[in-house]
Amino acid sequence: MASSIRVRAVENNGVTSLKALVRHPMDSGFVKDSAGNVIPAHFIKVLTISHNGKNVFVANWGPAVSKDPFLECRFKGAKKGDELTISWIDNEGASDSTTATIA
Amino acid sequence: MLKAKVILVALGAALAVPQALAGASPEEDRKESVEYFKQMFPDVPFEEFVNGQYALNEDRRKQWESMQDFPPYEFAVAEGQELFETPFANGKTYASCFENGGIGIRQNYPYFDTEKNEVITLELAINRCREANGEEPLKWKKGAIASISAYMASTSQGKPINIKVPDDPEALAAYQDGKKFYYSRRGQLNFSCASCHVQNPGKWIRADFLSPALGQPANFPVHRAKWGELGTLHRRFAGCNNNVRAEPLPAQSEEYRNLEYFLTYMSNGLPVVGPATRP
Amino acid sequence: MIDQRRRGFLKGVLGAGVAGFALGSGIVPLRVEAATAPDASDWPQKAFRTPGVDETISELYGMEATESDQITMDLPTIAQNGAVVPVTVETALPNVTSIALLVAKNPNALAAYFDIPDGTLPFVSNRLKMAETTDVVAVVISDGKAYKATQNVKVTVGGCGG
Repeated sequence: MASSIRVRAVENNGVTSLKALVRHPMDSGFVKDSAGNVIPAHFIKVLTISHNGKNVFVANWGPAVSKDPFLECRFKGAKKGDELTISWIDNEGASDSTTATIA
Repeated sequence: MLKAKVILVALGAALAVPQALAGASPEEDRKESVEYFKQMFPDVPFEEFVNGQYALNEDRRKQWESMQDFPPYEFAVAEGQELFETPFANGKTYASCFENGGIGIRQNYPYFDTEKNEVITLELAINRCREANGEEPLKWKKGAIASISAYMASTSQGKPINIKVPDDPEALAAYQDGKKFYYSRRGQLNFSCASCHVQNPGKWIRADFLSPALGQPANFPVHRAKWGELGTLHRRFAGCNNNVRAEPLPAQSEEYRNLEYFLTYMSNGLPVVGPATRP
Repeated sequence: MIDQRRRGFLKGVLGAGVAGFALGSGIVPLRVEAATAPDASDWPQKAFRTPGVDETISELYGMEATESDQITMDLPTIAQNGAVVPVTVETALPNVTSIALLVAKNPNALAAYFDIPDGTLPFVSNRLKMAETTDVVAVVISDGKAYKATQNVKVTVGGCGG
């Protein structure tokens, strides 16, 4: 099963720019299905990006973040070839993680 | 500022589009159509028409461009590739049903099958491939079929649309049938496809921005923010028919296939950009 | 509340699952490997369930935010679809440790907030859901103080979606 996380990280002049797209319904809990039942809230709560065991960015999300959430952030201290770890956990306790190499 | 212009579609007025329903060849029709839209939008380069409303509205274009780096359909295309490459129960794959193994061929669809005397769309070909190999057909408008179609379209990125209407009376009849559908008024609102997409592109209809007919099929299957997922061209046909309060036809019905045939022919020469995002 | 924010900050710097021991007045953190699944036990439920911008800022950061012209927001003037509105925020303010995005007219104002550790640029781009035409407020914690900027986004529901 493919990872739920797609990442592209590029380093230029000491700044790494990271873009990620995560597959997740991000249901808000406010929407009803066609039968009139509320679709329960199901969303990513925390997503972390770490480098050398240290978090370089933490996203704390609520259900107002769009479905299949996108994220872009920028940080220093990493270089081409370094490995990054991107992980998330949702309100149901499910999680996923992936690594990416900085280009 | 939101410009919510109510479209005044002159009731009963003849369309201002040069049209001789019988007599003009498809190529003559197409050239007239391209000329018409070029005059309507002189600042839009020809290839840009495939971007529809994004070629005409700066604010919307910016939003779209900011999403292009990581478009929301990425997962569906990856899924489509997986589905495309997974063999059927009998061991064969989709590649066996298509020329060039199904890679880089999207721009040739739909085509007219002179033996079966019908228009073959990509989605139809996908399901016929399944059935020929003992598999259940997929639902037509969304889900797996849209993902597979999106993957196949992605392998044709940039290739010019190349629909052929062979010198065959049945093929020409199918084309003309599609053209007639396009220009016929329908539904309680009494709009034809042309009412919005030929007479009024670049304008607002309530809170939607109308795109011109030229280039429309190039960006399918489409990920609509409204759907939150991919949908096929026939899903959109049905939706548009619904919106003028006309009874939508079944996906892949003969009428919709002929319509797709006509519409895609009109976009010959424009690059395949599907799948794409739209509101 | 103060504890929670500081814990959140420490977590942000040292990775999830950081262990620490109390020494005198503060917590001295031990450096540990970031756990594979992040720890969401500190996720501020109340802050994410508060209507209204000012109330939410107060709940999340425990202080009021003052207007700043050093926060740049990139948002569409008219969102083409309220389900997916791209929002980018960056700032020239110094020593930023947190950025929050609030959507005033959403049932709960807080959409997201981001921990900005040392060495990370005060920049973030996200896509948010907006229920209707609304102010979007970006809050930045710089040198321990809260600053904010506001921009309005018109959200329409397409009249001819099929």
